[in-house]
Amino acid sequence: MGIVTPGFGLIFWTTLTFFLLLFLLAKFAWKPILQAVQDREESINAALKAAESAKSEVAALQNSSEQLLKEAREAREAMLKEARSMRDKTIADAKEAASEEASKVLELARIQIDNEKKAAMAEVKNQVAQLAIDMSERILRAELKDAQAQRALVDRAMLDLKSSN
Amino acid sequence: MFLRYCLLFFAASAGSLVASSDSKLSEQHSVGSSQGHESHAAEAHDGDHAASEPDEAVFNPKEMIMHHIADSHGWHIMDWNEREIGIPLPVILWTREGLVVFSSSLFHHDSEGMHVAESGGQRFVNLHEKIYYASDAPNEHGIYAQADPITHEVTNVQPWDISITKNVASLFVSAVIILVLFTRAAKFYAKNSDAAPRGLAGFVEPLVVFVRDDIAKNNIGPHYKKFVPLLLTIFFFIWVNNLMGLVPFFPGGANVTGNIAVTMVLAFVAFVVTNFNGKRHYWNHILWMPGLPVAVKPLLAIVEIIGIFTKPFSLMIRLFANITAGHIIVLSLVSLIFIFETLWVSPVSVLLTLFISVLELLVTALQAYIFTLLTALYLGAALQEEHH
Repeated sequence: MGIVTPGFGLIFWTTLTFFLLLFLLAKFAWKPILQAVQDREESINAALKAAESAKSEVAALQNSSEQLLKEAREAREAMLKEARSMRDKTIADAKEAASEEASKVLELARIQIDNEKKAAMAEVKNQVAQLAIDMSERILRAELKDAQAQRALVDRAMLDLKSSN
Repeated sequence: MFLRYCLLFFAASAGSLVASSDSKLSEQHSVGSSQGHESHAAEAHDGDHAASEPDEAVFNPKEMIMHHIADSHGWHIMDWNEREIGIPLPVILWTREGLVVFSSSLFHHDSEGMHVAESGGQRFVNLHEKIYYASDAPNEHGIYAQADPITHEVTNVQPWDISITKNVASLFVSAVIILVLFTRAAKFYAKNSDAAPRGLAGFVEPLVVFVRDDIAKNNIGPHYKKFVPLLLTIFFFIWVNNLMGLVPFFPGGANVTGNIAVTMVLAFVAFVVTNFNGKRHYWNHILWMPGLPVAVKPLLAIVEIIGIFTKPFSLMIRLFANITAGHIIVLSLVSLIFIFETLWVSPVSVLLTLFISVLELLVTALQAYIFTLLTALYLGAALQEEHH
């Protein structure tokens, strides 16, 4: 029965040692260790949560940046389109203006040519009339050297007048 | 035997340690007699020894094993040239004349009651590692103690013995190891508050977290935090002492957790903590189990009340038996060499011992785990709130 009979001394010392150990460990080992472990767990959890929120923030940011990019692309597209249309319009305007100017110049030139022509015609008429007058003066002078001839002329002229009326 | 434990435990759990000590007095002991004790394996060594005494050359494995797993007043390290080498430990006695302290070397390595130690004007003998007031004169076997002629019980009176025995000394060594280990680990956290654990802390932390999460949190429930330090202390106290028991040389080798006194104290702690924290629901289920016919309720109450005691009792026996069995197996295997008296057995013996030692290494952790786990389970049951 020796080994199955608890000895008083060992009970006494085991109790003393165990409770002393419990007290010392609880105060100097378990408390700091458990506290540190718990703190670390909390900080890890917090870090994980922060990472999660950062991730979603980044996703949101990415989303918005994509949106921005899209908008920018659209804006560029619109600007390009506008520019293109403006260029086309400018070219068209310029063409129109040029052709108008050209036709105006042409018109002017025609009018001028016309005028020149008229002037030239008038000049030619004048010249011809002068020539005719000169010729007729010479002829008249030659024909009207005698009185008879003068008469004959007046008569003829009279006849012409009569026939023309 | 079982009833005897029950009585012991009842007595101890009622808070009167006197009972267990008194029982020592009534315990059977053969004083220089080999009659009628062979039937008890645990006791046999008392009788056998006397029988084998005339022929010292005969190796008695039973005696050697029982000697090794039992407590002793000196720390025997080895025999060298027919001389015992050991560390004498202080013998502390509360006698009729007050406190007496002397070195166990005064017994001259004697535990057969043959050598009287005198201290403070009183005479003591060490008989099978129990201290008695020595008789005035030796009996016919040279033992300074008297026995009842019929029951063979020692009639000499025992003083209260609170000696620093081998187990107590080993307990202190383990306690110091545990303290140093964990306070040093705790220092790491004081220095590096949020860093990942390294070194000692890296070794200690998974174990601490394991006890906290897998033992305490899973079994106790929401109010587990209060009990974590206790469970941690129980776990490492048992484990380190188990491991120290596996070390075959000084300062290990003492059978601390294989001693019923040690496991009794631990089981008693579990008992007190469980029942002092018992909630209404717990006591209700013990004393007046709901949902049963009234006639059955008192019957069940009796069973449940017995259950209060058998739970810690099983804790006490389980740890004690497992660790003691491990020691006995290892010692038996080593004894083979001396039984066959040939060196050729030693490879078998050593290999088997190695195998068992590795197994025991597992058992050390397993038993610490089981003890702590069951304590947590009992606590969880006691703390359970009304849920239906």
